[in-house]
Amino acid sequence: MSDVSEFPYLPLEDAISAPFWEGTRNRRLLIQWCTQCHSFQWYPRAICISCAGDCLEWRSASGNATINSWTRVHRSPAEGFVPQYVIARVLLDENVLMLTRLVGEFADNPTCDAKVTVKWQELSDGRALPVFG
Amino acid sequence: MRTPVIVGAAECDLGITNKSILHLQAQAVSRALEDAGLKIGDIDGLATNGISRFSATQLADYLGIAPAFTDSTFAGGSSFEMYVARAFHAVASGQCNVVVISFASNQRSAKSRSLGGVVEHHTPEAQFETPFGPLFPLSYYAMAAQRYLFDVVGAREALDEIAMSAREWALLNPKAYRFGAGSLTNSDLASSEMISSPLRSSDCCLVTDGGGAIVITSSDRAKDLKKRPVAILGFGESTTNSSMTTHKNLRVTGAKQSGDRAFAMAGVDRSDIDVVEVYDSFTITSLLSLEGLGFAEIGQGADFVLDRKTRPGGSFPLNTNGGGLSYCHPGQYGILLLVEAVRQLRGECGSRQVANAELALAHGTGGILSTNATVILGAA
Ligand SMILES: [Zn+2]
Repeated sequence: MSDVSEFPYLPLEDAISAPFWEGTRNRRLLIQWCTQCHSFQWYPRAICISCAGDCLEWRSASGNATINSWTRVHRSPAEGFVPQYVIARVLLDENVLMLTRLVGEFADNPTCDAKVTVKWQELSDGRALPVFG
Repeated sequence: MRTPVIVGAAECDLGITNKSILHLQAQAVSRALEDAGLKIGDIDGLATNGISRFSATQLADYLGIAPAFTDSTFAGGSSFEMYVARAFHAVASGQCNVVVISFASNQRSAKSRSLGGVVEHHTPEAQFETPFGPLFPLSYYAMAAQRYLFDVVGAREALDEIAMSAREWALLNPKAYRFGAGSLTNSDLASSEMISSPLRSSDCCLVTDGGGAIVITSSDRAKDLKKRPVAILGFGESTTNSSMTTHKNLRVTGAKQSGDRAFAMAGVDRSDIDVVEVYDSFTITSLLSLEGLGFAEIGQGADFVLDRKTRPGGSFPLNTNGGGLSYCHPGQYGILLLVEAVRQLRGECGSRQVANAELALAHGTGGILSTNATVILGAA
């Protein structure tokens, strides 16, 4: 894992997303599940985008995913980010796409459609970002 | 119902201007009105963005007018194609008579562009995407290109050809930032800096000042104006995503729906279009737009461009001013797609003029392939 100082952006959280961020403190990847239409969604919302209901609860994702696409970033987007690193869209086995970073050997040699699993990158406030490798 | 037409088109100063946004806006509006044979006092409709939070209000105040219609839809580079639809309805219904659609940016002079984009901390994207450090919007387009390269043989060469073709057109346009820069060579491409793989600087649009304006009024009002009006035959739009993870298929954009809607309204075929101006924020944007708009099948866009048909003299004139890649890219390029389409239909383009251009298509893309808007125009 990279040093926490290489992840300088500490995201705000809100009433809807707080359980997700709390889960990251325990390295649990929580995503919303609609008990009415039985679908997962990402990112967290106050409504279900499949049925427009609000019967949403949190479930632990398997942590297994497939790389949908990736890009190696060579320039820094903002102060504190230290290129090079690899950004990816991964499709969780629960059929939702997440933005993330690739780590380990997958960061050295990324390829579309490769299988990856969740790892954790700690933030300076004790929360963590789900990264994949 | 009245029939809206385009009667004026112009650019403001382009490149590195050291002028304020409103100064450039005033140039764009004045020159487009001059082109039409109208005066500032004739404007009773105004559509613009990118000036301030109250952009249309701000510009109306600056010009000293009190319009009966304004719009500041903020959808990135496609906003201006969307404004054509809004202006069309406003003129057709009689809400107003003369709409100016304008844009200007001084981003190059003011060094106001950031590789990370504008982060709005309260949005889901700031919470779930910004922490990972993508370039914005570049890294999203890069992921679309990466997927395309993974799936389609010959795609790297196709992206390069799109950049080379744009440069060839720019060499014919004295207003182009790269006019006089010479052809883009294989060694230029090979030495081009990687920004967000697979996109190199040669795949990325310019960062310049610039902008322009067009004027829309009724066909009746157009009768005693200076120039032959340009007909607005069809328009369509599609808004698909704000997040980098909402749109499932990186290779099929909202250009499909946007284009289908515009072609259905215009009642013309793809093969009838004589000149095509598509938003080329990045080379991949052109490629995906050509496929989405139906000029090439999905996955066939690479083969489509590789025979060089989009270059000057080719059978499919594309981005005839040199595009965002080699002519001008003031952050939101959509207004300049319209300016060039109008000029081509009027036969005003000098050495880059497409012979007998009667139908033109302008297609804007905004955000991270987020918004698409298509306009089909015809020579009167
Ligand atoms: Zn539901």
